[in-house]
Amino acid sequence: MSLLHVRDLSLKIGDTDILHDVDLSLEGGEILGIIGESGSGKSMTALSIMQLLPAGSTTAGSIMLNGESLLDMDERHMCSLRGNEVGMIFQEPMTALNPVKTIGEQVAETVLVHSDVSRSEAMKIARGALDRVELPAEQFPLDRYPHELSGGQRQRVVIALAIALRPKLLIADEPTTALDVTTQAQILTLLQKLVEEDGMGLILITHDLAVVADMADHIAIMQKGVVVEAGETVQVFRDMKHPYSKTLFAASSHVPVRDENRVIDLEKKVLSVSGVVREYQGKRTSLFRRPVPFRAVDNVSFDIFKGENVGLVGESGCGKSTLTRAILGLNPVQGGEISLLDVRVAPGMPKSMRAGVQVVFQDPYGSFNPRWKVERLVAEPFHLLDSPPDNRRERVAEALENVGMSAADMDKYIHEFSGGQRQRIAIARALLLRPDLIVLDEAVSALDVSIRAQILDLLAELSDRLGLSYLFISHDLTVVRAITDRVLVMKDGKIVEEGNSEEVFRSPQHPYTRELLAAAPDIEKALQARQERA
Amino acid sequence: MLVFILKRLLSLVLTLIAASVVIFFVIEVIPGDPASFMMGFEASPEAVDALREQLGLNAPLWERYINWIMALLRGDFGTSYTYKVPVAELVSDRIWVSLPLAIYALILSVVIAFPVGVLAASRRNSATDVTIMGATQLGIAVPNFWFAMILVLLLAIKARWFSAGGFPGWEEGFFPALKALTLPAVALALPQASILSRVMRSSLLDTLSEDYIRTARAKGLSRRQALWRHALRNALIPVLTIIGLQFSFLMAGSVIIEKVFFLPGMGSLVFLGITQRDLIVVKSVVMMLVFAVIVVAFLVDVAYAFVDPRLRKGRA
Amino acid sequence: MSIDVVAEDPRDNLFLVALKSPSFMIGLVLTLIFSSAAVLSFIWTPFDVTEVDIAHKLLCPPFQDWIGNLGLPSPDNNWFSSWKCRNDPAYILGTDHLGRDMFSMILVGARTSIAVAFIAVGIGIVAGVPLGLAAAARLGSLVDELIMRTNDLVFAFPALLIAILITAVYGPSAVNAIIAIGIFNIPVFARLARGAALSLWTREFVLAAQVAGKGPARISLEHILPNILNLLIVQSTIQFSLGILAEAGLSYVGLGVQPPTPSWGRMLSDAQTMISFAPHMALLPGIAIILTVLGLNLMGDGLRDVFDPKLRRSRT
Repeated sequence: MSLLHVRDLSLKIGDTDILHDVDLSLEGGEILGIIGESGSGKSMTALSIMQLLPAGSTTAGSIMLNGESLLDMDERHMCSLRGNEVGMIFQEPMTALNPVKTIGEQVAETVLVHSDVSRSEAMKIARGALDRVELPAEQFPLDRYPHELSGGQRQRVVIALAIALRPKLLIADEPTTALDVTTQAQILTLLQKLVEEDGMGLILITHDLAVVADMADHIAIMQKGVVVEAGETVQVFRDMKHPYSKTLFAASSHVPVRDENRVIDLEKKVLSVSGVVREYQGKRTSLFRRPVPFRAVDNVSFDIFKGENVGLVGESGCGKSTLTRAILGLNPVQGGEISLLDVRVAPGMPKSMRAGVQVVFQDPYGSFNPRWKVERLVAEPFHLLDSPPDNRRERVAEALENVGMSAADMDKYIHEFSGGQRQRIAIARALLLRPDLIVLDEAVSALDVSIRAQILDLLAELSDRLGLSYLFISHDLTVVRAITDRVLVMKDGKIVEEGNSEEVFRSPQHPYTRELLAAAPDIEKALQARQERA
Repeated sequence: MLVFILKRLLSLVLTLIAASVVIFFVIEVIPGDPASFMMGFEASPEAVDALREQLGLNAPLWERYINWIMALLRGDFGTSYTYKVPVAELVSDRIWVSLPLAIYALILSVVIAFPVGVLAASRRNSATDVTIMGATQLGIAVPNFWFAMILVLLLAIKARWFSAGGFPGWEEGFFPALKALTLPAVALALPQASILSRVMRSSLLDTLSEDYIRTARAKGLSRRQALWRHALRNALIPVLTIIGLQFSFLMAGSVIIEKVFFLPGMGSLVFLGITQRDLIVVKSVVMMLVFAVIVVAFLVDVAYAFVDPRLRKGRA
Repeated sequence: MSIDVVAEDPRDNLFLVALKSPSFMIGLVLTLIFSSAAVLSFIWTPFDVTEVDIAHKLLCPPFQDWIGNLGLPSPDNNWFSSWKCRNDPAYILGTDHLGRDMFSMILVGARTSIAVAFIAVGIGIVAGVPLGLAAAARLGSLVDELIMRTNDLVFAFPALLIAILITAVYGPSAVNAIIAIGIFNIPVFARLARGAALSLWTREFVLAAQVAGKGPARISLEHILPNILNLLIVQSTIQFSLGILAEAGLSYVGLGVQPPTPSWGRMLSDAQTMISFAPHMALLPGIAIILTVLGLNLMGDGLRDVFDPKLRRSRT
């Protein structure tokens, strides 16, 4: 008898079909990876097992845990199961903990709701659980508050409270999506260790094929509420049957084809950054001590040539956003110089100068004023010209057509478009004035893999055809490798490694780059390792 | 924590200084010559001169301000022009009517609003919730002094459970005095309790949709346990802000409501001061009331730090 | 409190959606009734409100006995008074102690209340919103600090205290009430605008506008203001209703509208001593205030539900 057996699970919320005949099963000590893009129903499957569905949900089919039927269970019985037999961890560690309670209290609470041990006994168990998730007592006493911990540490606390009572099943819903790659690798290793030690079953829900290839024994691929393909991990990856799985697999390791005739003009420097320093006023540590300034960007130098696509990688807090703002001329620098086509960039620079550099942001939803029509949104950079052109509409139409949209889209509002379409419109806005350089600030990070592949193709095609230079900022190494010619690796405000993308990724020189690459999940490597083990 | 309190204390002092400057400016600078203003047109120039001398109006402006503040710090509010007695004496009798009334009303409004707000939030969209929301909507619309008049009509004149007004004084015993303040306090509290219940409800509903409530539910807490153990304390943070603001409304409201019940509080004193053009009295009473409001705002800030550990680090 | 201010679909005719909300509809109807009453009072009232007519003093509304006897066994006793009172069908809401027609006075009182509250809200918006936007655009700078500290200071002076200060120097008038309530509204709108604008300043579309070379003033006007308009409209209805309550309170204690201009607050002040034998004088203006305030609040609530993107998303 398997630990978890889901059969013909269907879910409706109101009148909307969310899940349709989902079948899953899982043994103790095993990891089941559930993969899907947004809207595939993977999280709802998890919440169905937890019976924590939103109001107005109706389920059909059966969910058996250890031979007990969860769908027939009353709420009281479910409460005694949650946290005890089944634990769950979520995507967003920053908000998953109660800000006004200590981590000790929150972990101990799992123990206290399920057994009549004393408070001090519960605290002892909590201490043990925190030790198991590698938050040692010296640095992380029980009376720490969540806001004193980093994202990765908070996720460990969430794991600790989920496994405090050694549940038989743990559900992890995108547990590492909000974390940096090195932290992600540590959390995944921790989960693997816990599965081995406790013989616990783990459901790992993710959009990232590479993560499951590395972790899961079995996988299930979901699309629009249906499991389209399931089986033993290596088997599924090596012999995909369903067309959606194939598309997903192809998209996740997609490398755009570049024009053979594209030229990088090494004579023409588009952007030159030399010795740039950017400091912030530090926080006061005591009333009587002067705040120490925090150096976010520390003596950074690099050039970008015409037609060149340069990647900038680094983890959160490394200074890449600060550098971006300085390059866009939004913030002043405290040292060094940034110049765009040999003209110095600074906050007070003339408007017409700014036309040379444009930007595409990460969030396709936050990038547009919802009250404007697309025409006005795309035309906003015309403000940089001394007088707006007479053929304004034609220019906007041209920009839209360049990114695969139609001129008719001009008269719509932004909410009528999907995330991928919005990102195309954002690129159209950046293209409008034909800048020399476009800064792509995590421009594909918020997109589903299949959409991401399309946008990468579009970016490659535009650069090839129009000779555009890119500064491509991302935390995602696979994407940077796919689109850039040269890569800069940033850590603690410094560029620690720079070089031809292929070379850097093949043989990294700096230990930090090596660490990053080792932490980044890779489908091929994972599958090979798995086959060797077998 | 200490840094946080010190910071707030500094801002308290600065606000007090700014408020005193504003009051000083309005009362002593805008009328031109306060002495002739207070005595009226028919006063003889000699009398006005004498008053000017008595009030120290011949000194330069900044010196007058400093003198006023120094005197205030010593507890000397000056001498009432109408009553010819120290204002401190007048005020000290009356503050013990107005302040207890505002505090009584605040306690009532909190005691009513908390359970009502929690009940409405925990039964969202039920008949109970809809009824509570409707009743509070009505409660907000009722002017407190009108409600006070209706209470007098029904409970004092018709039912004769309470006296229609007046105040026996605290020396007559705690309970008789409290009883005399009960109708005014209820009248003051009703609209404020309505507002507070609504804030409590919406704040709870906001926190109930937070991620950490889902975490708590995944631990095995029931809906009710999650509400009591995790949502309530977080929901208190916006509620505290409103309580702080309410106190200033209650102070002001008690000044108005005193008129309904003929209570010998700060209100009757200040209105007499206005009709008698006794600027010394007006200035002192307004300063006292502003002082009370600012101190309560400070206390609310400190209470924040107790509820929210993130503030204790002094990086608010 | 996080403020999610951006509505997803700007083209929805929000007004049409609002018509589907029952609370908005009730509120709209009430508000329309009282604003038409105010307008009507300019062209027509049944009687002249300044004319004293002792012969017709203290007439009850013709329906008072009927309502007063509801649910009571004997016609002799009454909920309101212990005797049958005189009435005259020409005065459908009775008369006051000087024989003035209550209905006419309530019509004119609506005009006074609405005018005072409207101008006071106008002052708050015109002064507060630009200040809030400026503070948000220069977050953390000296300008922001200065604006927010001044705001805190004004918050320490409830409208009543401002009115007391002004009246002490200039004497009572309706203009005082307008200024006092208006000044109190400024920080309310400044804070709201600042808070909402701050959350918008972190949006990427604002960053995109900066990259397009637009300065803070232009961004505030083009990107921020249109996106906080909904919030401002909702807050305006709330401040409007608070303004009506505040005007009534100030006029009641004699700091606002002066005789012979009728105002609801002053009518209540006249009614107070006569409450035991002419309760209609107190009840009717009170009910007028309650219904007007209730109408505005219901309208504001309905609008908030319609504007709230979170709620809208869940509805579709």
